[in-house]
Amino acid sequence: MSRSKPISGDLLDLQRRVQGYADDYGLDYFPQIFEMCDYDTINILAAQGGFPIRYPHWKFGMDYDQMSKGYRYGIQKIYEMVINTNPCYAYLLEVNNWLDQKLVMAHVYGHNDFFKNNMWFSNTNRSMMDVMANNGTKIRRFMEKYGQTKVELFIDKILSLENLIDISHLFETKEVVSQRNKIEKTFEEEQKVGGYLVDDRSQALKSYMRENERQKVTVKEHNDDDEGVMLAEKNLWKGERDVLKFLIESAPLEEWEADVISCIRKEAYYFLPQRLTKIMNEGWASYWHSKIMTEKLMDPSEFVDFASKHAGVMAMSKQNINPYKIGIELMRDIEYRWDTGRFGKEYNECTNMFERENWNHKTNLGKEKIFSVRKSHNDISFIDEFLTPEFCNRQKLFTYKYNPRSQRMEIDHRDFEAIKQKLLTSLSNFGQPIIQVEDSNYKNRKELLIKHVHREVDLDMQFAASTLHNLYAIWKRPVTLETSYEDKPVLVQFDGKELSVVNS
Amino acid sequence: MDHPIKRDHARFRKIVKGKIRENLRKYISQGQQMIPKGNDTFKIPMPSIDIPRFRFGDKSQGGMGQGSGEQGDPVDGQPGEGEPGQGEAGEGEGNKELEVDMGIDELAKILGDELELPNIEPKGKQQLSSTVDKYTSIGTTGPDSLKHLKRTYKEALKRQMSMGTYDPNNPRVVPIRKDYRFRSADTKIEMENSAVVIYMMDVSGSMGEEQKEIVRTESFWINLWLKSQYKDIEIRYIIHDATAKEVDEDTFFRTRESGGTLISSALKLCKEIIEEDYNPNEWNIYPFHFSDGDNWSADDTKICLELLDDFILPNSNMFCYGQVESRYGSGQFYKDLSGKYGTDHDSVILSKIKNKEAILDSIKEFLGKGK
Repeated sequence: MSRSKPISGDLLDLQRRVQGYADDYGLDYFPQIFEMCDYDTINILAAQGGFPIRYPHWKFGMDYDQMSKGYRYGIQKIYEMVINTNPCYAYLLEVNNWLDQKLVMAHVYGHNDFFKNNMWFSNTNRSMMDVMANNGTKIRRFMEKYGQTKVELFIDKILSLENLIDISHLFETKEVVSQRNKIEKTFEEEQKVGGYLVDDRSQALKSYMRENERQKVTVKEHNDDDEGVMLAEKNLWKGERDVLKFLIESAPLEEWEADVISCIRKEAYYFLPQRLTKIMNEGWASYWHSKIMTEKLMDPSEFVDFASKHAGVMAMSKQNINPYKIGIELMRDIEYRWDTGRFGKEYNECTNMFERENWNHKTNLGKEKIFSVRKSHNDISFIDEFLTPEFCNRQKLFTYKYNPRSQRMEIDHRDFEAIKQKLLTSLSNFGQPIIQVEDSNYKNRKELLIKHVHREVDLDMQFAASTLHNLYAIWKRPVTLETSYEDKPVLVQFDGKELSVVNS
Repeated sequence: MDHPIKRDHARFRKIVKGKIRENLRKYISQGQQMIPKGNDTFKIPMPSIDIPRFRFGDKSQGGMGQGSGEQGDPVDGQPGEGEPGQGEAGEGEGNKELEVDMGIDELAKILGDELELPNIEPKGKQQLSSTVDKYTSIGTTGPDSLKHLKRTYKEALKRQMSMGTYDPNNPRVVPIRKDYRFRSADTKIEMENSAVVIYMMDVSGSMGEEQKEIVRTESFWINLWLKSQYKDIEIRYIIHDATAKEVDEDTFFRTRESGGTLISSALKLCKEIIEEDYNPNEWNIYPFHFSDGDNWSADDTKICLELLDDFILPNSNMFCYGQVESRYGSGQFYKDLSGKYGTDHDSVILSKIKNKEAILDSIKEFLGKGK
C-alpha cells in the first residue's frame, strides 16, 4: 500500500519536538508512526475504520461516498486519524497547514498514551492491522468459493447484529485470556504443520474435519434427546449478551458462516473500548494538544489561528453535547479540584458557600489525579464520579425531550441529577440497547427468545422488526423479542412470513 | 491500481440504483422530491438502505444540549444535526438519513428500465449538426505548444534503438525533427437534436393543490426522460383560465385563478410560441396539456380540435393530454378528444390520472410510444 508515505524532513523534526514535550509531561506511549496522505486516502481509511485493508463490503463504499461528499462540499474535513495499534499509526493530511500538523501531532500523542494506559484497552489486540487484513483475505476467499452476493448478504445480516456484544468480555481475567491465546496458538501451529504454505486445500480439509467433529457432537446430543439435556441447554445460554458468540455456537450454520461471524465479532470487540471511552479519550487528547500547543509548541504568530481551530473543535450546540468539550473540561476540572483540595469529606461537607468558593488547600495533586483517572475509568464511571453540579452550571448543560403537543424537542431540566442520569443512560452499554438471549428452545420448539432489558427508552420498532428478519435468517426458526413499548410489555415475533406484535 | 474500496463503492452505487428502481412507484406516488443539486444531479433521500440494528427510538430518547434557555424552550432542529468537531475513526452510529447523489442519466435509465420505455427516435431528417474539435489524435505537424513529449520521446527512442545508437549505460535520447509528435484535432460532426416541451395547465378554480402536485411530479419525470434523450431541451410554461399567458416554472405551479376555462386560449398561445421560436423542421416539439377536463363550451372545444388538426399535430411529435381527476371537473374534454382521435392514436396521447399512484402509469402512456 503506497497510498500513504512516512513523513520526513521538517515534519519529522516537528515530531521529535512534540515527542520531546510529551516526554517532559510524562506521557507514556507506543512507538508513534506518522504517515502522510491525500484527502482521498484519508477518506478511504476513515470509511474503513482507520484500517488500510478490510473485507469487501458495500458498507465501506457507502461510508466512503458520504465522506468524500462531505469533504468536497466543505461540510466536514477529517483532520487526523489515529489507530490503536502497536506501533501506533496516525495519518496526517497533506493539505493541512503547519499549524494543523502541530495540533494534530500533539493530539495524537494524547490518544496514543490513552490507548496504551487505559485499562479498558488492556486486552485489545494491538496487531489489528494484520487481523483485519487476514479477515479480508478469508472473506474474499469465501466470496470466490460461494459467490459474492451470497457471502455479502450473509454479512449484511451479521452486521445487523454487530452491536449485540457483551462489554463485560473486556473484563476477562488473565487466565481466560491466556487460555484463549493458547488455543489460538495451537490452531496456528496446526495450520503451519498442515503445509509450508497454508493453501486452500489444507484449509478446506481442516474446515471439513472441524465440521465433522461438530456434527459428531450434534449427533450425540440427539441421542441423549431427553428433557434433562434440553433443560440444561436452555439454562446454558440464558442471559447471554454476546449474541454473536451464541449464534456461532448454537445456530445451524455452515462452517464458513460461523467463520464470517467470528471475524466480524472480533472486529466489533476491537472497536468496543473506543466506544466506551469516547469522552475520556477525546478529552484527554484535547487536553494535551491544548497544553502542548499553548505552553510549548505554538509560535506567537499562530495564536489566533490556533484559538479559532480549537474553538471549532470544542463547539457545542443546543442539540448536542460535544465529547471533546465535556472531556477536556472535566479533565481540567478534576485537575483544578485536586490541585486545590476540593475533594474528600471535609470539602463535601462544607456548607459555607464563601468558603467553598475560595477553597484552596494547595494539595497540588491535580496532575497525578488525572493520570490515574485516564488509567482506570471509562466514560460511565468518569461521569458518575466527576460530574459536579458546579460543572453542569458552568457549562450551561440541560436535557431536552420530545413534547408531543408541540411536536418538537424542548428543554426539560437543568437539574444536576437529571442531567447526570440522562448522560449516564445515553452512555450505558456503549449507547446500545441491552439485548440478551432468554431461551434458545422457546416453546420447546427450538425457537429463539431474546429479551431487551428495558431501561426507560423504547426501541425503534421499525428497526427492531427489520433486525428480527435478519436474526431469523440465521436462526432459521421463529424468533421473538421481548421488550416493552409505550409502557406496555410486548412480544415481537417473526416466523419467517409474518411479523406479529402481541401484548404479553 | 485502484483501491479495493472503489469496488465497494461501485457495489454500493449498484445497490442504491436497485433500491431506487424497486421503490420508484413509491418515490413517484409520494411525490418524494428529488432535490436538484447543481447541474444534472439530484439528491435522493434513501431511508431504507442502511443496515438495521436494534437501537433506541429517537423521540423517546431526547438528548442533551448546552446553552441558555428556560424549561420548555424549544431546541431548534433535531438531535444529531450539525455536530461539530473532528470525525473519529471507527465510530459514529450514523443515525442521519442517507442521501445519495444520482446523475440525471442514471436516474433516467432507472425510469426507462422500470417502465420499459423505448428510446425516442428524434424527428429525422433535419437535425441540426455542429462540428466539434477534439484533440484526440496525434499528428506529425503542429505548433510547439501542442507538442506531445511522451510520444516524441518514444519515437526518438524507437529510432535510436533500431539504428543501434541507444546505449543503455548512457541512456540519452535526442529527438530530431521527424520524431516530433503533436496533438491534433479530430473534427467530429455531432448531431444536435433539440426539443422543446410546452406545458399548458388549467389553473381555474377547480384545479386544487393535489391536482397541481400531480402535474408537478409528472412533469418532473417527463422532463427527466426527455432530457436524457435530447442533447438540448427547452421548457416553456403556459397557464390559462379563460385567457392564457406564458409564465416561469415557479409561477406555473403556484398560480391559482378563478373563473372560466377556455382551453383554446392556451392552444392558441402554444401555436404562437411555436411559430415564433421553434421551427418544426429543426425542433422536436412536445405540447403537454393538463386540466381537469372542464371547458367553457362545446364551441370552444371545436376551436381546440381545429387548432390541433391544423397546426399543432402536424408540427409536433405528439400532443399529450393529461386529465387530472378532480371533484369539480366533468372530464368532458377527455371524452371529446377520445371521441375524435380514439384512445390509441399515434400522436394524440390521452391519459387519465386518477391519483398519485397513477402517475407512473400515466408517464408510461405518454412516453411509451418512443416518439
